[in-house]
Amino acid sequence: MSAAPIAALESTQSFVLLRLGERRFALPARQVAELVAPSRIFRFPHKSAEIEGVILRRGRMIPITDIADRLNGKKLTTRRFFLLATRKFATQADWIAIPVSGECELVATDMMESGANDSPHVAGWLSHGGEVIEVLRLSILTPGPVEHIAPLPPHDIAEALP
Amino acid sequence: MPAPVIARAPQPRTEQIILFRVSGQTFAISSASVQEVRSVDNIAGMAQDLPDSSIRKVRHSIRRGDRTLYIVNAALHFGLQPQPAALVFFLRRTRTALLIDGIEKMTTMSRLQALSLAFQGEELNWYRGLTAIDQAVIPVVQPEGFLSLAELTLLEGAQLAADTRAIAAQTSGAHLQ
Repeated sequence: MSAAPIAALESTQSFVLLRLGERRFALPARQVAELVAPSRIFRFPHKSAEIEGVILRRGRMIPITDIADRLNGKKLTTRRFFLLATRKFATQADWIAIPVSGECELVATDMMESGANDSPHVAGWLSHGGEVIEVLRLSILTPGPVEHIAPLPPHDIAEALP
Repeated sequence: MPAPVIARAPQPRTEQIILFRVSGQTFAISSASVQEVRSVDNIAGMAQDLPDSSIRKVRHSIRRGDRTLYIVNAALHFGLQPQPAALVFFLRRTRTALLIDGIEKMTTMSRLQALSLAFQGEELNWYRGLTAIDQAVIPVVQPEGFLSLAELTLLEGAQLAADTRAIAAQTSGAHLQ
């Protein structure tokens, strides 16, 4: 059997592993700008419930959102850093700050693309250090314009059928 | 002999702003948007009650020439705990007179950052964006964002009812005389 279909589903890239409470997750390294110590959060009235406030970093005002709540079912109790990442919506890139509870790690590994049964926020899976780690799709997980995910290719849907 | 042309670096565009307080929160507004600042005491006698207003943040209106302006409580607009307001901003090219707690200072902003795409609520109408002043992030309000077209329509109805009531009171007073 040819290895070509598998090669199409896996790709070696760099990922940043981040810790949110007890679990580790991954983000493509190209989306991650910086890991910074928690700084003053500026709060002002707004109606976007998932946004806690904004931080000021190198003249840029970046909103903060705690994604641990959605992933683990509870907010982080310890915030060691803010991970500054970018999300892409259509043609626009947008920054977001994510509180994380531990050090981050840069790894180069293959990613298995997500399947039909995975949550929309899962872009893929990594196998690293004996763990299977979700690669997060930040544009789905963090507040922003509603993004439509392209339907899966027909063969994936066929595979999902009994 | 023509004078030598001196090349100058382009100056960054700046905008004069007023920093003002509402319930302990600081906001900024372009000073060009503020036509007049008056104390609440100063306008108290001129304001008309709008008992039929279904817009919680607007309870009074005021006549300015041939126009009726609606007095918007900024604290209620932003969902903050209202405190006794001290000043009113009459906003240019709008029908809003804005009740605020006080002015902090006038200053200049050189950069206005659009709200992040993460913001998806009413704040998209409230603010033009964010600016950083003295290492603090300040939202810059949108003068047109205090009253929507739908709210203005409702307020016009309330104003009409208040005017009708006032005319009826005057007429009955005249009949009694």
